[in-house]
Amino acid sequence: MFQKILIANRGEIACRVIKSARKMGIKTVAVYSDADRNALHVQMADEAVHIGPPPAAQSYIVIDKIMAAIRQTGAQAVHPGYGFLSENMNFAAALEAEGVVFVGPPSPAIEAMGDKITSKKIAMEAGVSTVPGYMGLIADADEAVKISQQIGYPVMIKASAGGGGKGMRIAWNDQEAREGFQSSKNEAAASFGDDRIFIEKFVTQPRHIEIQVLADKHGNCVYLHERECSIQRRNQKVIEEAPSPFLDAATRKAMGEQACALAKAVGYTSAGTVEFIVDGNRNFYFLEMNTRLQVEHPVTELITGVDLVEQMIRVANGEPLPFRQEDLKINGWAMESRLYAEDPYRNFLPSIGRLTRYRPPVEGPTLGGGIVRNDTGVYEGGEISMFYDPMIAKLCTWGPSRAEAIEEMRLALDTFEVEGIGHNLPFCSAVMDHPRFTSGNITTAFIAEEYEGGFTGATLDAETIARVAASAAAMNRVAEIRRTKISGTLDNHERRVGDDWVVTLQGVEHAVKIAADPEGSTVSFADGTSRRVTSDWAPGQPLARLMVDGKPLVMKVGKISGGFRLRLRGADLKVHVRTPRQAELAKLMLEKLPPDTSRFLLCPMPGLVTRIMVEVGQEVQEGQALATVEAMKMENILKAERKGVVRAVKAAAGASLKVDDVILEFE
Amino acid sequence: MKDILDQLEQRRAVARQGGGQRRIEAQHAKGKLTARERIELLLDEGSFEEFDMFVAHRCVDFAMEEDRPAGDGVVTGWGTVNGRMVYVFSQDFTVFGGSLSETHAQKICKIMDMALQNGAPVIGLNDSGGARIQEGVASLAGYAEVFQRNIMASGVVPQISVIMGPCAGGAVYSPAMTDFIFMVKDSSYMFVTGPDVVKTVTNEVVTAEELGGASTHTRKSSVADGAFENDVEALAEIRRLVDFLPLNNREKAPVRPFFDDPKRLEASLDTLIPDNPNQPYDMKELILKIADESDFFEIQKDFAANIITGFVRIEGQTTGVVANQPMVLAGCLDIDASRKAARFVRFCDAFEIPILTLVDVPGFLPGTAQEYGGVIKHGAKLLFAYGEATVPKVTVITRKAYGGAYDVMASKHLRGDFNYAWPTAEIAVMGAKGATEIIHRGKSPEEIARLTKVYEDRFANPFVAAEKGFIDEVIMPHSTRRRVARAFASLRGKKLVNPWKKHDNIPL
Repeated sequence: MFQKILIANRGEIACRVIKSARKMGIKTVAVYSDADRNALHVQMADEAVHIGPPPAAQSYIVIDKIMAAIRQTGAQAVHPGYGFLSENMNFAAALEAEGVVFVGPPSPAIEAMGDKITSKKIAMEAGVSTVPGYMGLIADADEAVKISQQIGYPVMIKASAGGGGKGMRIAWNDQEAREGFQSSKNEAAASFGDDRIFIEKFVTQPRHIEIQVLADKHGNCVYLHERECSIQRRNQKVIEEAPSPFLDAATRKAMGEQACALAKAVGYTSAGTVEFIVDGNRNFYFLEMNTRLQVEHPVTELITGVDLVEQMIRVANGEPLPFRQEDLKINGWAMESRLYAEDPYRNFLPSIGRLTRYRPPVEGPTLGGGIVRNDTGVYEGGEISMFYDPMIAKLCTWGPSRAEAIEEMRLALDTFEVEGIGHNLPFCSAVMDHPRFTSGNITTAFIAEEYEGGFTGATLDAETIARVAASAAAMNRVAEIRRTKISGTLDNHERRVGDDWVVTLQGVEHAVKIAADPEGSTVSFADGTSRRVTSDWAPGQPLARLMVDGKPLVMKVGKISGGFRLRLRGADLKVHVRTPRQAELAKLMLEKLPPDTSRFLLCPMPGLVTRIMVEVGQEVQEGQALATVEAMKMENILKAERKGVVRAVKAAAGASLKVDDVILEFE
Repeated sequence: MKDILDQLEQRRAVARQGGGQRRIEAQHAKGKLTARERIELLLDEGSFEEFDMFVAHRCVDFAMEEDRPAGDGVVTGWGTVNGRMVYVFSQDFTVFGGSLSETHAQKICKIMDMALQNGAPVIGLNDSGGARIQEGVASLAGYAEVFQRNIMASGVVPQISVIMGPCAGGAVYSPAMTDFIFMVKDSSYMFVTGPDVVKTVTNEVVTAEELGGASTHTRKSSVADGAFENDVEALAEIRRLVDFLPLNNREKAPVRPFFDDPKRLEASLDTLIPDNPNQPYDMKELILKIADESDFFEIQKDFAANIITGFVRIEGQTTGVVANQPMVLAGCLDIDASRKAARFVRFCDAFEIPILTLVDVPGFLPGTAQEYGGVIKHGAKLLFAYGEATVPKVTVITRKAYGGAYDVMASKHLRGDFNYAWPTAEIAVMGAKGATEIIHRGKSPEEIARLTKVYEDRFANPFVAAEKGFIDEVIMPHSTRRRVARAFASLRGKKLVNPWKKHDNIPL
């Protein structure tokens, strides 16, 4: 076995690889850029080598710098993680030239699968199901209809030179195919000056389901079943699970065997993933093969018990796989939520900064019989920098069934404390409670369809609201009693905390009566129902773990005047707890409208102004680009929301702005 | 007999109506509560005992004798906040617009006298159109009687003013002499002369809100210490503030049970200071991580944000915090910051509240605006305040402590009890580059760069000061709460008395 391996990556995946290597008794070498000097992967590794400035193009993906680090430390093998150099055949070749083992597939396999057209051709030859289509030139509408009939409706008619939906038509029958062909052709000619058209199967209700394969250097190849990754936002996977709630055993077997066939056809070794698109009738079609460890590999590990990183290292070391296909069973269900530093309330704009609080849930077995796993590369007090992928952590849960895995995920997300930056944790929570998600009836369009207008926070059901209201009342009572324990009170004339309270939550008042005893509180509502609340929460604690009617409820607790800010299940609530008289008087307060910011162009995220495209006095049209702000290496174009005249330019190019800083003012 | 008892209830009912249902409704329509409703929210339920409910004015001019409502436009008395005694007056806008008459003033003076005698805070809820014009000079005399008592009570019992409606003319000077002024956004304003007079005299056109609204006084003038959204929030927050304050200057700051380990370590503080010395960080994170339960009552949040002032609890006991804020003006001291912090330090010292000072200060803000504005004397206020303070003083230098500002910020030389520094501290006469350029004047830029590095290595650390005993201990950032809590615990018995004097002569 190798004595020492270098991990040519950063963040959570570097930490993940280090964990397996350490378990196997292998020493690890981390590499780091200036921005990662204090990063977790650097702290965890046995050795660390500095490889340059923060931009990846000057550090993590510079092959020479990695090679130098290998020579300097004497590492015998390199694990590339995902991204960066993981699918770079030049890197694999460079390692080979120096006699260093690449923990991944051979470079020809990387090359073969790296090209969309080649990979599809190889897949077809290997008997893998690909999206049926006709790549040749189509002479006229009649031929188009004939081809469409052969493929089977619905079909997609696309311009070869197309893009952005232009020159694209979907046809469900002969007539639509005929018309679509003609209009696509015309549009393509007009838009691209190239009227070549091709036709392929249009996949309805598409799901993204992928097969994990593992092959050794002795001709063995197994599949570790599937992962479903249909919950995506603009092609960025957000929630993954294994197995898929959609596949039956026959489909799973067919997909798995085809995936292995493809792996064998390209002489694949190590772990790899064959991605398929699956339609509503469980027809599956090859998309591409990822010749590396996938981000979402933990869900596979949780249901199969296989440590994929360990197996990759063993395969690289020339060992045969220790199991056969029939040994690989599906045990229970696993979910993964990718925690991104992206603010869901601001249309998922990236958020950078210091993690002032970062407390993931405890990993390992849970009270509910599940398992929590959190793969992370950050720590409290660490920095989310603008230079890299905004992923903070991959929170995974396991349960005996899908419903139990989801319930574990709900609790784990509610327990996960991340402060200091905007992040998508509330969004992940909201998805876990979405009836369409829990039903398993998902497609890759789930987020686009269900959150069409963006995310504004989850709406809790009536029972959850009652549980929260009861908890808030009980917590408030504890806080009020503590207030009366202050020194300097008038003996024998102390304040007595009453039993009647009004909990105001999302504008609705819940009158409650609390009967407290040493074990907890029984909170009675006006409708005659009551909730039993027990908890060891003490005032000031940022996380409240309660049992309400015997079922756990976890909330993040913040302070607001006269109550709490409570966050759970994707909702962010301002909850006031008042005496009946206070509540009566509070109703007399006027509703204040938030200040009108429509006259301003505000900076939507912390970043650097790269360009101001308008000047004072200029009239702008709705949708016109006004300025660009760079954040997380992404240039964001800020556009006018309505027609107007620029009154003042408040920020110049080069200015570093905070959220909601004013860039422009309109008349 | 029964009739007589009923009569009392009837009289009380009439008095409670104040200016009548119509005016109460008008008050409510503005989103304002009545004087009595406000007291209900301020005090513990059922704890209010009213004085002088039947007092009526004695004016006989302008047919005033025909309208003598019980209470005369102010509700006074005492009650408790979480069981601790406070005195309160609440002006009733529904009675003669809350205007101050001779008898109205006498009611206020009565409870102020009692507060002083019995050692409990005075909370004034102001909602008054001003002087009762019909009473003329008697009304002015009434103001002055209140002023005199404000002055006598200053430093003896805490005085809190909440401006919940108009407060104009001479009326402003009573709140002005209390310890804290809070305002309600959109429904309160304070000014010496209103927009009409301003227009006549200076031709300036300005609205009451712009001239003296909550935003003006919390951001521009610093007259107010904070502002709240509405009456309900304001009164809830005043209750929260009262829980931080001692009842009088003979008592220690209050203590209440706490649910936060004094030994709590915060590993994240080890990375609070950025690698780049010119990059800011948020000092509030440190305050919240030192404080019990992250509970912080900030004073003058919106003014001179380059210095932070407010109250926290450490091991359940109130502690005043003064901290430079590197996020604003690099945390330097200027006129506004010095005045703000000086007043806060003096309040803490007057009421036996220990002071925690967190230092990251690159110096005093240079420039003509500052010098012409008298930064010398204003800066001296903070120096003076720290130097005369005899309460426990614990100081933590996190990063820069340069020049005279180092001396000012509760240094060892100003009788600091515990002066800690983080390993990232740089205690020096000035920044390395500036110092090198002066010491090695005329050298080439390359030579200066080299010597700057030499200077940094030698002086940009806490150890030169530690060698001289100006720093008692260099501590790990993650153990700051534990160290600070232990330091204050050891100072619970501190006794320090300044030489006898009639009073000092702070550079006002």
